[in-house]
Amino acid sequence: MDATLPRAAWFPPALVVTVVVLASAPLWIVKVGLYPYIAVEIMIWMMFALGYNLLLGYAGLPSFGHGAFFGVGAYAFGLAQLKLGAGLWLALLAGIAGAALVGAIVAACISHRRGIYYALLTIAFGQVLWFLAMKWHTVTGGEDGLLNIRRPALDLGFASWPLASNTALHYAVLVALVVVTMLLWRLVHSPYGRVLGAVKQNEARVAFSGYNVWLYKWSAFVISCAVAGLAGSFFALAQQSAYPNVMSLHNSGFVVMMVLVGGGLVSFWGPFIGAAFFLLARDLLGAYTETWLLWYGLVFMAVVIFKPEGIAGIWRDGLRRVRRGPERLVPAAR
Amino acid sequence: MTAFFAAQGLAKRFGDRLVLQDVSFELAEGEVHGIIGPNGAGKTTCFHVLTGKHKPDGGRVTFRGRDITGFAPKEIARLGIARSFQLMNLFDDYSALENAVVATREFRARAFDVLGAAASAKAAIERAEAALADVGLAGKEGVKAKSLSYGDRRALEIAVALAADPCLLFLDEPTAGLGAEGLERLSALIRKLRGRVTMLIIEHDMRFLFGLADRVSVVHWGQVIARGTPAELRANPWVARSGLGS
Repeated sequence: MDATLPRAAWFPPALVVTVVVLASAPLWIVKVGLYPYIAVEIMIWMMFALGYNLLLGYAGLPSFGHGAFFGVGAYAFGLAQLKLGAGLWLALLAGIAGAALVGAIVAACISHRRGIYYALLTIAFGQVLWFLAMKWHTVTGGEDGLLNIRRPALDLGFASWPLASNTALHYAVLVALVVVTMLLWRLVHSPYGRVLGAVKQNEARVAFSGYNVWLYKWSAFVISCAVAGLAGSFFALAQQSAYPNVMSLHNSGFVVMMVLVGGGLVSFWGPFIGAAFFLLARDLLGAYTETWLLWYGLVFMAVVIFKPEGIAGIWRDGLRRVRRGPERLVPAAR
Repeated sequence: MTAFFAAQGLAKRFGDRLVLQDVSFELAEGEVHGIIGPNGAGKTTCFHVLTGKHKPDGGRVTFRGRDITGFAPKEIARLGIARSFQLMNLFDDYSALENAVVATREFRARAFDVLGAAASAKAAIERAEAALADVGLAGKEGVKAKSLSYGDRRALEIAVALAADPCLLFLDEPTAGLGAEGLERLSALIRKLRGRVTMLIIEHDMRFLFGLADRVSVVHWGQVIARGTPAELRANPWVARSGLGS
């Protein structure tokens, strides 16, 4: 019996696999009938979903308006570049800081809540932010959004790479994704992360052990928003624009569907699986039918009803069967 | 002399129901103090008021001469006061060890360490292991709380309270649902802790409590109706007549 706490390597095997697949993607992606840009989009959503899962999967806080913070990141990135003339680094920083700041204000208003009230408040705040993006023409450009966002060169001082091509952007996003993943992987295995997991299971007990539960819920929301902001910044960079749609309720729903279908409740890596599955389903199903979201929605419902642990849960159970034979399965956290 | 821990005239109402009317008692350092009373007498509410879950509507709570009335649970916990719960209150998806680790002061000191590994919190893990050994859970550290037997879960509940290394420990009906062997284990543990930790124990089981407590307060209708050593209470005609002491 392993009688210690879960350990965390800086570079877990699943991340190695992810990096190998994604780093080699530009070599094979066209050959399998896809197009290079889809990989960039998948990585951006992976980042967003991974940060979102800190909140949903680890802290147990259902935010159903998280697309708003992805959008705030995209707008902040665009505004920093268009209005302030910021370069890539400053604009990325603006995306992270903007989303974190707005997230901090929203979190301050909702962190004393839990469950359904928490969820409803996040939807309300998400809609407020979406409405602002639509109506505050002078800043956000209204329904047209921010156009003509450039892809500036990635400047490291001693060297500089243009990001104009999707391949260059692909590797830039991959590096950012790896850094974010490593930090979040450390975080969920840190004392902070373990207490956060305890908050999910039993808030009252955590408070009776002397912890400031509110501050945990608040800070988890802010961290998750900061990651969403970075993902949103890359989205603006990739799309070369930011528009109200990125912060709509749809996007908020998509990230929930990705995380749940992928298995974020049982696995750190669930959001990766879910983001790839969702976007590939969008493109592959979407090639056949306009109503692909209907079919995806049915898959989503089937997963929630029959296998709430998602794809990662199916994978885990399968591995266990192979390893131990078909004995009774003992549920595990991850 | 100021008492180690004291409650004076505690009152608590829910709506128009007066659950605690006037509860007062004092604990000396190192004492094992029992609270008994029939169902609905206000015992658990009294606990909730003392540990910060509810704010009292009247009265004062002092700890080491300091007024802590109305403190939040986290503030009370930080003073070194721990409690176990009547209803199970564990982290079901965590191992027994991790349940106890999270409760330690050493882990709490690293509460906002976001990049260090939890597994490297050696001091916290050692203390948690000691607490688990104290309650007889050695060898079951890696078992998830939800996979433990009922008796082991009750024991873990107490281990979690002990892991906080409290100077004052509140136990809410620790014998609830325990078999003879579990009762034996629990009595032995309380005897072992006596002197090291001041304890306030709410209990139904009179035989258990009278065998362990230095003094017992009998609570009924939200008031303390009798108090004394177990021997004194056995001699008290009211307690004898109520059947509580038999």
